[in-house]
Amino acid sequence: MDYKAIGLKAGIEIHQQLDTREKLFCHCPTVLRDVLDRNGEFFRYLRATESELGEIDRAAEEEMKQVRQFAYYAYDTTCLVENDEEPPAPLNPEAMEICLTLAKMTGATPVPSVHVMRKLVIDGSNTSGFQRTALVALGGSVPAGARIETLCLEEEAAQRVEGDVFSLDRLGIPLVEITTAPDMRTPEQVREVAAYIGMLLRSTGRVKRGLGTIRQDINISIAGGARVEIKGVQELDLIDEVVRREVARQQHLIAIRDELRARGAAIHAVYFDVTGLFAATKSAILKKAPLILALRLIGFAGLVGREIQPGRRLGSEMADYAKKCGVGGIFHTDELPAYGVTAEEVEAVREACHADPGDCVVLVAASRKKAECAAQQVVRRALLALDGVPEETRKMLEEGNTAYMRPLPGAARMYPETDVLPVAVPQAYWDGLFVPELLSSKAERFAAEYGFDDQLSRQLAFSEQCVLFERAVADGIRPMLASRTLLATIRELKRDGVAVERLTDAMILQVLARVEDGGLAKEAVPDVLRAVAGGKDLETAAEEIAPPIAVDDLAVLVRRIVAEREDFVKSRGMGSLGPLMGVVMKEVRGRVDGKVIADLLKREIAAML
Amino acid sequence: MTDTAGLQSGDQVRCRYAGTDLAGTFITRRDGYAVVKLESGYNIGIPEDAITATAAASAAAPVMPPVPQNPDLPSVAIISTGGTIASRIDYRTGAVTSQFSADDILRAIPGLTGIASFRSRQLATILSENMQPALWQELARAIHAEIRSGAGGVIVTHGTDTMSYSAAAVSFMLETPVPVVFVGSQRSADRPSSDNVMNGMCAAQAAISDLGEVCVVMHASTSDDRCAIHRGTRVRKMHTSRRDAFASIGMAPLGTVAYPSLDVTLSPGAVRRGTTEPALHDALDDRVGMVTFYPGMDPAVIDGFAGYQGLVVSGTGLGHVSAGCIRQLAALVRDGTAVVMTSQCLNGRVCDRVYDTGRDLLAAGVIEGEDMLPEVAMTKLMWVLGRTDDPDEVRDLMRTSLRGELGRCSAHGL
Repeated sequence: MDYKAIGLKAGIEIHQQLDTREKLFCHCPTVLRDVLDRNGEFFRYLRATESELGEIDRAAEEEMKQVRQFAYYAYDTTCLVENDEEPPAPLNPEAMEICLTLAKMTGATPVPSVHVMRKLVIDGSNTSGFQRTALVALGGSVPAGARIETLCLEEEAAQRVEGDVFSLDRLGIPLVEITTAPDMRTPEQVREVAAYIGMLLRSTGRVKRGLGTIRQDINISIAGGARVEIKGVQELDLIDEVVRREVARQQHLIAIRDELRARGAAIHAVYFDVTGLFAATKSAILKKAPLILALRLIGFAGLVGREIQPGRRLGSEMADYAKKCGVGGIFHTDELPAYGVTAEEVEAVREACHADPGDCVVLVAASRKKAECAAQQVVRRALLALDGVPEETRKMLEEGNTAYMRPLPGAARMYPETDVLPVAVPQAYWDGLFVPELLSSKAERFAAEYGFDDQLSRQLAFSEQCVLFERAVADGIRPMLASRTLLATIRELKRDGVAVERLTDAMILQVLARVEDGGLAKEAVPDVLRAVAGGKDLETAAEEIAPPIAVDDLAVLVRRIVAEREDFVKSRGMGSLGPLMGVVMKEVRGRVDGKVIADLLKREIAAML
Repeated sequence: MTDTAGLQSGDQVRCRYAGTDLAGTFITRRDGYAVVKLESGYNIGIPEDAITATAAASAAAPVMPPVPQNPDLPSVAIISTGGTIASRIDYRTGAVTSQFSADDILRAIPGLTGIASFRSRQLATILSENMQPALWQELARAIHAEIRSGAGGVIVTHGTDTMSYSAAAVSFMLETPVPVVFVGSQRSADRPSSDNVMNGMCAAQAAISDLGEVCVVMHASTSDDRCAIHRGTRVRKMHTSRRDAFASIGMAPLGTVAYPSLDVTLSPGAVRRGTTEPALHDALDDRVGMVTFYPGMDPAVIDGFAGYQGLVVSGTGLGHVSAGCIRQLAALVRDGTAVVMTSQCLNGRVCDRVYDTGRDLLAAGVIEGEDMLPEVAMTKLMWVLGRTDDPDEVRDLMRTSLRGELGRCSAHGL
């Protein structure tokens, strides 16, 4: 597809958890917990409030359609700030430093006086009903082809356990939010920019790693479509597919709009009570519904059921809107008879609302309050179909599809966090901020300085072990030994079920230092690490696994082995070195460095020849 | 360079900063910067010379229509004094200030109009640390007037910091046949999680209940499950920030209001509606002080209260101060100051007959404050001294329960 021709414009917002010692607005640690370890539970109700300018945000209003009770799990690593029972502490300076470092890396300009805002979020994920957020810097760029509009510092939301139950361990972990301008023109470019920014973030060495620690929101529009924000894309590899499917969705919605207009489609905003028609229905859902309302969409026949993303139809979009009222979904005549609804019942419904064959009839079944609310939502969505693509916030579904979440929020969702004083960014502080080496530059440097190939250099630079690797090299460990241990040995041990998480950085460095001191052969490193992870101290482990072997003893051993194989040595000459190496290594079981053995063997073989 | 001296809050501006050109709304000046709300909703503080005015603020705020009410419901008066329950952001300064009218409270808590028919009176818009005894008197008069003119219950919205002082003071000044409910909130009304909605709804339900005394209605736990009804002379703020900061001391709460069902449960000891006729005794003598004793306290501190009509001492343990302080207290009593001893333990009864120090205090003429809270003893002493300056009568009244503020027996199991 020619994305430039259809006017694709995309931007991304990347949210990355920062690996700070404390949370953004309290002094709790930034650790995630098992819900089984919770030591407290409570519940609350939330409701939308007016901004300081006297408006209620439309996205918040949408969440208010149902009164919901939210339950929260607390831990011995959370406090009254997460419980919304204590005013926030001052903004965490460590998080501010990381955010400003990123700003400097992208060439952005800091805001001289940073104001913390409250962003209204009443889906329960924030006990307060808002997310604290601050705009820290403006106007940077990344070489992958996008301007950076803003860098913000935000607090992470609580993790949803299930339904309306949330876990407070994640709430308040600092996030940096990097927002690009809508500068990307192809799905692949979106992925490239996201990947580049991800690399930038990891280059600080101060961000959290692992699933869920980075999330991308994507803003997409095409010519004639509308701006849509897709929340929470976690896998980088899905980004381009999400963009492609959103483009397709907008194109289908535009086509549907054109056809609706051509047909003179209209919405009959009168609901018919058709509960009586389903007294003897075989549809379990309709049978137990206290009220069934029917809604006639004039000229919509066939279009409500038209696919706009794989497996999703315009009807799915209507159902998303209706679900905001607490109903499970909707029925529409484009997909009926089905689900236990018979052709006769469909006919009766059509008749009851005077529907022509060109019309589509939508059914909602629920209590009166919910059903009326849902019917209004369907009307709302149907009216939007006449305009084409509505501006929306959408959530990721599996494989790159998306579903409606809420309207795009406006400025009314933001008002000042009055409990936190503005934070000044003095010029001298900014000037003094250290800009870390990019991981991509680091990879080039590893290749140049240590002679690693490109793949290893990159793997090492982008790995979580990179910081430890550089420390090891600075401590005098040979780069190849350090990289092999950190990238290969540890991974292999983990695969064998060794509790490698027990190995502290200091332990690993001690083992490697012992190799460099000659106190341990590098071949013994895996076994020694295994023993240390199992709880042995290094001294004992080294003694048991690889008791040092005196040079004289080794010489005697090598001489014996060569002598025992005189014929073989004489027939193969220096070619016997390899096979004999194996024999000696087996005998000394990693107690001696292979290079020392090879030197001795060469000497003995040469002497014999 | 643009002249920004004339900028008003709400003016539309353009910001040229960091190579960007952004539209926004001028909010205020702070810390030497212009605070601008960008279209994204974010506020930033940037140098004033980076902004240019483009359009004046739109005219005054929209006029809110009056809140429709159901006259068939019980009549309840809301008297507002300010506090967090009625707070709103002042976007000029960015601070939370009390500026709601009682009518705004009905708008902020829409469920209220389904409980009662409200009339409202705005007595003050202050944070409760700025409360004065003269305002307690005005409050008692206003409540009395509302009851006399037919209110079946009265709600007083109040900042939580000194709510228990006001509730105690009003308890003494007023005899009431209907519930007089003090209510506030611990988390400001501008946040979606504010406790103002639940506290307000529970207070309204308590105000139409069978209760007949002055009380405080606030969250009973950190969850939004129920409010406790506390006696106005037995309640204390026991936490700086939690929703369930208020606790009854020395007795169980008078009852609870469940949420969201709003079912009211009253204890057998709660005074019932209609037990008494409305009466106002609004004299207070505000020349009463309060002092907390601490180890090593310079006895000269007590001299500072010379000339006061009354002094409440918050002593240690059973009600003690150092020997040096006893001499100063004795001198105060000799000069005509009524001195009442209470305990910083808050829980339990003062007993100055156990140790020598206590016996010396009694010999000095100090009055044992029984199991009264120090603040309650102070407001009570103001009220008693407003009625009489006869030392024996003062002593008798201070040791007699007038509004359930002290008990003859110390209950167990609390």
